[in-house]
Amino acid sequence: MPEMTLIDAVRMAMDEEMARDPNVFIVGEDVGVRGGVFRATVGLFDKYGPERVIDSPLAELSIVGVGIGAALYGMRPICEIQFADFIYPAFNQIVSEAAKMCYRSNGDWTVPMVIRAPYGGGIGGGLYHSQSVEAFFTHVPGLKVVIPSNPYDAKGLLKSAVRDPNPVMFFEPKKGYRLIRGEVPEGEYTVPIGPAQVTRAGADVSVFAYGMMHHYTLQAAEKLAAEGVDVEVVDLRTLYPVDRETILASVRKTGKALIVHEDNLTGGYGAEIAATIAEHAFQDLDAPVRRLAGPDVPGVPFSHPLQDWFMPNPDKIAAALRELAAF
Amino acid sequence: MEVTAELKRDMFWHMLLSRRLDERAWVLHRQGKIAFHISGIGQEAAQVGAAFALRRGEDWVTPYYRDLALMLCLGYTPRDFVLSLMGKREEPNSGGRQMPSHWSLRSANAVSHSAPVATQAPHAAGIGLAIKMRKEDKVVLTTIGEGSTSQGEWYEAVNWAAIHALPVIFLVENNQYAISVPTDKQMAVKSAADKACGLGLDGRMVDGTDVFAVYAVMSEVVAKARSGGGPSLIEARMYRITPHSSDDDDRSYRTREEVEENKKRDPILVARTQLLESGVLSARELEEMESRAKAMVDDAVAYAEKAPYPAVEEAAYPVYVEEVRRA
Repeated sequence: MPEMTLIDAVRMAMDEEMARDPNVFIVGEDVGVRGGVFRATVGLFDKYGPERVIDSPLAELSIVGVGIGAALYGMRPICEIQFADFIYPAFNQIVSEAAKMCYRSNGDWTVPMVIRAPYGGGIGGGLYHSQSVEAFFTHVPGLKVVIPSNPYDAKGLLKSAVRDPNPVMFFEPKKGYRLIRGEVPEGEYTVPIGPAQVTRAGADVSVFAYGMMHHYTLQAAEKLAAEGVDVEVVDLRTLYPVDRETILASVRKTGKALIVHEDNLTGGYGAEIAATIAEHAFQDLDAPVRRLAGPDVPGVPFSHPLQDWFMPNPDKIAAALRELAAF
Repeated sequence: MEVTAELKRDMFWHMLLSRRLDERAWVLHRQGKIAFHISGIGQEAAQVGAAFALRRGEDWVTPYYRDLALMLCLGYTPRDFVLSLMGKREEPNSGGRQMPSHWSLRSANAVSHSAPVATQAPHAAGIGLAIKMRKEDKVVLTTIGEGSTSQGEWYEAVNWAAIHALPVIFLVENNQYAISVPTDKQMAVKSAADKACGLGLDGRMVDGTDVFAVYAVMSEVVAKARSGGGPSLIEARMYRITPHSSDDDDRSYRTREEVEENKKRDPILVARTQLLESGVLSARELEEMESRAKAMVDDAVAYAEKAPYPAVEEAAYPVYVEEVRRA
């Protein structure tokens, strides 16, 4: 199998889906001639033309709002928000319109669309090119929220997202775009939206993570293995609707749970996982549920030492795991 | 443009039916039989004139909440409306999920809309984009109040349609008040149509109390859009004769004298006078129309009162397309 980067897998998924279905099109800022600021759409403009790879005006709400309209008509838009940090102008269209359309029309109108956005810090992007925005959307019934952590899943999940009849938020860990490499088979396959995946089986502690933090957690688990602690790692992959069974099965096995995300702690996605475990697996716990998250400051600061202070990393995850294992 | 006597009578009939139905809604509210009504009284000419310029059922519409007369022209029935006033299961907008006057009629390509204003405008641009991508000759009509043209969403939608020469008609129903705020506190230009010159499309004003004037202008811009000539922005000026909604008291922000003065240009009165004086309609025919409207409204109320509410369990779905159930 060929090895490729995560962003290559994203591009390959879009390419294959556009070739498969003439209703699929891409709309966003700089996605056309430029091929996207992260190069996610390189080559697609030449291959599919300006009518299917559309450079939008510099206005996020209408990238999504126009996408919704096209989806209502039966198209399958892939809307690119250049950085997740810029998604807020589109929040009304996502939350009030895309998410509620099926319910509010009793199924008469549906919005089959994907909103792709690179998220996350550690890339020197400061407050407005580093944000993790998933928690805003995992609170919204009607949306599906997906975050891949590796090239194989990125391709398979994005293809599933394009085919999904519902609006899917697809957040890509931008620090991992070229850092995370992996084998991706040529040709057709999909990864279903919904199931989490145990990416490393272990007996002592469970870690629940996604995106870049999942990648770091695997590295931390290696360190702990050398120290004699057997860590189980669960890649959540789909944050909403979440795979509770896989989470609870893992906790029931290990009795200890750590949740890792780079979004700040309070009201973050980890709270939902912690609550789920507390409600349904309390009797199986041998230690309090722990969360390792970004600190509660308004954003990821720019200056290198400040950014390092903010970001969870393999060392911080390993430290949290040691503490939890020793409890 | 030749408008036959039959067509004129048909337009007037839809205006009259809308008015009598709307008036009954106010009565039902005063009787305590419904919780809420938001009225289109005074706006029937603009709505009917616009609707009749479309290929109804084939062209697309993203309406707003005052569009009762428009919806009746598209095939919405008095029964449908009273069912929705009462939150009954059978109402076609939403199966009792949405407040009344939040229209949706899938069979007529009238798209579900929400309460945050101007959200429907980008959808119209997206539908227009899809029509253009598929090289079809349909058009989209999107309506809005003048206050809502202050929203960024509206500007972004018009901008999109103008850039891509999309077949979209932006109809501003300027009834001179956004709840209590008059037009001169919404915009520095004299007419919403003046905003067109800043966005690169044609803008025109029309007397929104004259159904035949609206029909004439709309027919032109619809033909233009259909033949690839791009979008237009039309302001139809009229007066909101009623308070904003059944929860509003307009005595706190406008005088009775002002309202009475504007009732002289009540579009029903204007059309009726025109039709009677020109001999298109006889007094006897008018009387027949009135009794037919009354009978239909009576029937709608009787039908809706007996109709069942949704079953409680229906509140739980369909959040996702997979949960859509067909009766």
